Amino acid sequence: MRFGLAWRMATIAALAGLLAARTPIYAQFGAPSPQSAFSIPTDQQLQPQELNRLLRAQGANKPLVLQVGSRVLFAQAHIAGSEYAGAGSQAAGLKQLQDRVAPLPRKSFIVLYCGCCPWNRCPNLGPAFNLLRQMGFTRVKALYLANNLGTDWVEKGYPVESGR
Amino acid sequence: MGSFAAGGRTASAADSLLNKKAPPFTRTDLNGKALDLASLRGKVVLLDFWATWCAPCQAEMPRFAAWQRQYGPQGLQVIGISMDDEPAPARMLVAKLKLNYPVAMGDEKLGELYGGVLGLPLIYLIDRDGTVRAQFQGETDPKTIETQLKALLAQP
Repeated sequence: MRFGLAWRMATIAALAGLLAARTPIYAQFGAPSPQSAFSIPTDQQLQPQELNRLLRAQGANKPLVLQVGSRVLFAQAHIAGSEYAGAGSQAAGLKQLQDRVAPLPRKSFIVLYCGCCPWNRCPNLGPAFNLLRQMGFTRVKALYLANNLGTDWVEKGYPVESGR
Repeated sequence: MGSFAAGGRTASAADSLLNKKAPPFTRTDLNGKALDLASLRGKVVLLDFWATWCAPCQAEMPRFAAWQRQYGPQGLQVIGISMDDEPAPARMLVAKLKLNYPVAMGDEKLGELYGGVLGLPLIYLIDRDGTVRAQFQGETDPKTIETQLKALLAQP
């Protein structure tokens, strides 16, 4: 009995230690906001290498790529061929996005991205993604940029452009 | 629209600022006062690129204000550069957080001067001689920044 209790306590201590060692840096800043990109299901995410492949491929299956974050960051660098569509965290930005996609067929292939800050902290992608889904778009993907656009796209050597 | 070859334009460009003179810039801060990086020679500068929509940035800023109070007498000067598209939300947050250091609006030109600010937060530590000594991008343990900050303050 005493051995069982000691074993359980040791197991709990070991698990706690393991969890502490694996605690991400963002933990000290609090949990991700429910509105963050964290809310986007994994199967609705697109990896950078996959988007790069799609953009380079010959054929008609190229997505419309929309940046839904900061215009200042967009002006410095954005995915080649992408358009600025308004910040998803702001009402005016969502209106801009809505106006941009409203005329499109609901089966259009659309990729949204931001890259302003770490994925779990991005305030723009979640609302923008949800808006398009609510509008009935069925082929919407969110580009998974774990850190930011610079680290996860530009530094990888994928095509970029600058300017507003 | 200009295009450029990717590959190391951001972090590596920013890294290339390490141990080089910090690119000079002048701005007018949100209080209408002139802000000239060159005039801060002799001080240790914490240059913080941030935005109101950046949650980690907001978590750091009260700490930077505390450091300004604590280390200001030793020669620290914190400078905030908002990468928001408009000044209004930046003004509101600066007032809400009661920041005690100058904050100015940034833009793509200033961002490119500092190697491309393509993710926030982005923090530079500049020594008393005006040389960039450290760069932190993304969520960083504040103890790491403070340790390097104190080391720079300890230098004459």
